[in-house]
Amino acid sequence: MTSPLILRGLTKSYAGLQVVDGLDLELEPGRCHGLLGPNGAGKTTTLRLALGLIGADAGTVDLLGYPMPAEAALARRKVGVVPQIDSLDPDFTVRENLLTYGRYFGMKGREIEARIPYLLEFSGLAGKADAPINNLSGGMKRRLTLARALVNDPDLIFLDEPTTGLDPQARHLIWQGLRRLIGQGKTLLLTTHFMDEAERLCDVISVLDQGRVIVRGSPRELIKQHIEPHVVEIYGDGLAEWKTCASSLCKRCETAGETLFCYTDAPDKVVEELANQPGLRYLHRPANLEDVFLKLTGRDLRD
Amino acid sequence: MINLNWYPVWRRNFLVWKKLAMPSLLGNLADPMLYMLGLGYGLGGLLQAVDGVPYLNFLAAGTLAYSVMNSATFETLYSAFSRMHVQKTWEAILNTPLTLQDVLLGELFWATSKSLLSAVAIMLVIWALGLYDNFGMTLALLPVALLTGFCFAGMGLAINAVSPNYDFFLYYFTLAITPMILLGGVFYPPSALPAWLADIAAWLPLTHAIELARPLVLGRIPTDLVLHGLALIAYGIAGFSAALVLTQRRLLK
Repeated sequence: MTSPLILRGLTKSYAGLQVVDGLDLELEPGRCHGLLGPNGAGKTTTLRLALGLIGADAGTVDLLGYPMPAEAALARRKVGVVPQIDSLDPDFTVRENLLTYGRYFGMKGREIEARIPYLLEFSGLAGKADAPINNLSGGMKRRLTLARALVNDPDLIFLDEPTTGLDPQARHLIWQGLRRLIGQGKTLLLTTHFMDEAERLCDVISVLDQGRVIVRGSPRELIKQHIEPHVVEIYGDGLAEWKTCASSLCKRCETAGETLFCYTDAPDKVVEELANQPGLRYLHRPANLEDVFLKLTGRDLRD
Repeated sequence: MINLNWYPVWRRNFLVWKKLAMPSLLGNLADPMLYMLGLGYGLGGLLQAVDGVPYLNFLAAGTLAYSVMNSATFETLYSAFSRMHVQKTWEAILNTPLTLQDVLLGELFWATSKSLLSAVAIMLVIWALGLYDNFGMTLALLPVALLTGFCFAGMGLAINAVSPNYDFFLYYFTLAITPMILLGGVFYPPSALPAWLADIAAWLPLTHAIELARPLVLGRIPTDLVLHGLALIAYGIAGFSAALVLTQRRLLK
């Protein structure tokens, strides 16, 4: 199978600012791909370039075999998009939203009607077909947005922060849906700020910074390659005095605000030592994707 | 390339409108009708014949053109802005195979359709009150309304494209729409203006619309028919072309 999306040497700048800077990305069919990066790293611009909504200054985009943006209309017939900001039609019911959106793909009313029961079941909205949009909870709206993106039975689905602003229950429901899609052989490209989400869902993760992919791999690979396996987070009175001691016990130490992060292969020594420090509190946990992300992109705010 | 891809966009707006048709119709139609009847009877009672006909008959064509203008303008400013900026409806559509041109054409034709409906409502009043001279000729008001609606829809979409918020539309109303209502010949014949002002007024799109509509209501064939028709088309196309470029710059940069 050929790759559903190939980006090569993509660049895009706005007013002299290089937002996307020589970006390469190739998706594997049937996999869930994560696009991570701090704000301003170029995630949304990359998605817009991939969809052919905007043209690149240089480089090529191949979406489902079509060059973009020249053949965007053809390629998008088999693409679904879950945008970051809700764009459901507030004047319509759930069913009318799906019907209207299907028509944008040139689908016939009957064709869409036939698909609606499946879409409602998929998104856990069975029985809500005639509910007005304003009666839906945030989670339901998100699920409907996902269902709407599936109306044309796409091969490739773009999801721009699909669970931002949702409560844990609602997030888990979305994740179930996304896993089902992966099970059906769909290819997913997902941007998110939730590292646990990326870790759970994605087969391949690309971390973006300053407009280019800085690392790529499975969540497990990235953690193994880029970070020590254990983290001890330490905070409390007397942290400043204890810092020197920590750096001798750990491979790498980082301070963020009032907390010291100790990265180590051998956490026992640190924990033992901490037992003698009644003023300090600590949390010992395995390293995760967030640690990798912060190590690679830094702890500074990117506003 | 023009095709029928705009139709789903038109249809979306039509379906929403259908749900709120009654209040929307009332809002669209009550205002011009009150103007026409209130001024026509109230002011008309004080006036002798204007242009050789009772004032109400004279006012009818102006009201029709003004109502069409208002309808197309409100639709492409406030309603289209809500869809574009607030509800992100356009952005949702742009993720499908439809292009920005499809979206804007759908909006253009939708606003034109709605303004045509306003014209029909005024025509019903014209017929019911017998404010016309020749029934057959009043039917030609339909294509005039179509051109007028197209013209103001195109211009409205251009304003919509550059508007940061709803308040911005006041500039357009103050600087373009209100002057047209007052100078374009809705309430009096342009010949009543001093020559220099009449020369300026002659360039206004609404003036062209009224120059077509008024003779038709009064049972005459409009003079310079082609000129006025082409002027409305030209304003509409210029507005729509600007809207395409400016909206592209706004949403897809």
